[in-house]
Amino acid sequence: MWLVAPKTGSVASCPDKTAGENKKRIDQGTNKKGQRITMSNEELKTKITELLPAATFEEGGEWLNINIETKDWLSLAQQLRNDNSLFFDYLFCLTCIDWKTHLTMVYHLSSTQHRHNIVVKSKLDRNNPEIETVAHIWKTAEFHEREVYEMFGVNFLHHPDLRLLILPDGWEGKNPLRKDFEDPINMIKL
Amino acid sequence: MFEEVGTTIDGDMIINVGPQHPATHGVLHLVITLNGETIKKVEPHLGFIHRSIEKMCESLSYRQFIYVTSRMDYLSAHINNHACALCVEKGLQVEIPPRAQVIRVLMDELTRIASHELWWGAMAMDLGAFTPFFHAFRERESINDIMEETCGARLTMNYMVPGGVMQDLHPNFQKRTKEFLQLYKRKIHEYDELVTGNIIFQNRMKNVGYLSAEDAVSYGCSGPAARGSGVSCDIRKIYPYEIYDKLEFDEVLETAGDSFARYMIRIREMQQSIRIIEQLIDNIPEGDFQTKTKAVLKLPKGEFYTRVETARGELGVYIVSEGGTTPYRIKFRSPGFSNLSVLDHIARGSKLGDLVAMMGTLDLVIPDIDR
Repeated sequence: MWLVAPKTGSVASCPDKTAGENKKRIDQGTNKKGQRITMSNEELKTKITELLPAATFEEGGEWLNINIETKDWLSLAQQLRNDNSLFFDYLFCLTCIDWKTHLTMVYHLSSTQHRHNIVVKSKLDRNNPEIETVAHIWKTAEFHEREVYEMFGVNFLHHPDLRLLILPDGWEGKNPLRKDFEDPINMIKL
Repeated sequence: MFEEVGTTIDGDMIINVGPQHPATHGVLHLVITLNGETIKKVEPHLGFIHRSIEKMCESLSYRQFIYVTSRMDYLSAHINNHACALCVEKGLQVEIPPRAQVIRVLMDELTRIASHELWWGAMAMDLGAFTPFFHAFRERESINDIMEETCGARLTMNYMVPGGVMQDLHPNFQKRTKEFLQLYKRKIHEYDELVTGNIIFQNRMKNVGYLSAEDAVSYGCSGPAARGSGVSCDIRKIYPYEIYDKLEFDEVLETAGDSFARYMIRIREMQQSIRIIEQLIDNIPEGDFQTKTKAVLKLPKGEFYTRVETARGELGVYIVSEGGTTPYRIKFRSPGFSNLSVLDHIARGSKLGDLVAMMGTLDLVIPDIDR
């Protein structure tokens, strides 16, 4: 009897309209006949080839992997986010891999509406790694890019606030997650 | 790093909360810009407990690295281990026996309840109520005792291994779990009487920290933080693993998007976990608890990603393998890291006193954020 369900949309900071939109979202999510069109890897491949003919694909894994040129990333990202049939609104993982000869940026994208997933990869030059930021498209990218910036030294162009996040201020020298990083004092290898 | 405490030219005041502050539940440092009592900006500074787990894992074998991950989100240690074990199994393409699957799910759900219990007690304490903490720990202790008997540890269990679980259940497990269920059901109404229905508590929780569904997805929120805004994101439901697709439970959703909605999600989620445990506790299949795997595990060349639902949200384990006995690169996509990034967004314009309530409902665990 004490359990009082929160009144949705009864207050100034939570306007009726927004709570209503949230409700609509749930209805869409549960109604499988309605808005949800999950594309298979094959369909995604066709669709993305239309958007970016230069993209190459890797298949065989769970999700479709797309390799792109660094310069194409920003425009592709915008299309992936805004296209209604793709609608990749959830960037659930953003990371980088050091392959010793080059770096690879890896973006895992998912659609909360259609429930399909893709992986976008882009090779970067190891000595001067630069790529456009996507922090204004997916806001979660702001923190993840800051992490990659300090751990791998990737420079994200036009990032709103590219500063050290985890490493202490005044950190100089190599980037910890690169393969050639050695720390004689704090041993992290067995 | 430590901005000078004082006033800026606009007349704003900058204060530091943490890194040693009881309300941050760990070493989190927030630099807060205030105009009077209104928050203009919250800037998290991280890294006080960064152990570079991702780098460490690169020199550990596929059996060893799982033990390190118990130290990430120490309140969901089982679920972290589970995610890693699943990822290695995906690479090895091994099926685990049904008994191990059921044991894993049981342990996951017990962990989820224990984690939410601690969150509930700690959050009430943040808001100035000390009694709920003891009530929460009463139930949580009995879960810890169950864990201790079967896994040999109370917090960092390291119980899940590639191929199943480390050892069979303790003979007392079923009996004690049923006792816990009874205890929980007998006491759960106290939670609502003490805290949920309390008018002071409700006034402090409702209408603060508003987060819309759109922003929740954009900021990468997951778990109760996103479900409080009506985003359906329970990995157990949308990308089921183990036996979750055969179980009956509901994904708990709220639409208000304020602190109280996030609070209610966790309270209701505990009841769903109880439901799952009740379905399984009498139906643990007989058989092996572990499938036979080689002593030294080698993953084929390739990339493997698994997603599981921890008590805080979506945990992703991304293994890049070169075909050796150690991973080439591991990335842990921790739920806390993304959930923290939304703090600045929801806190702007609120009063300083509400910040602690908002942080409480995001359920931040600092070792999970720092890794």
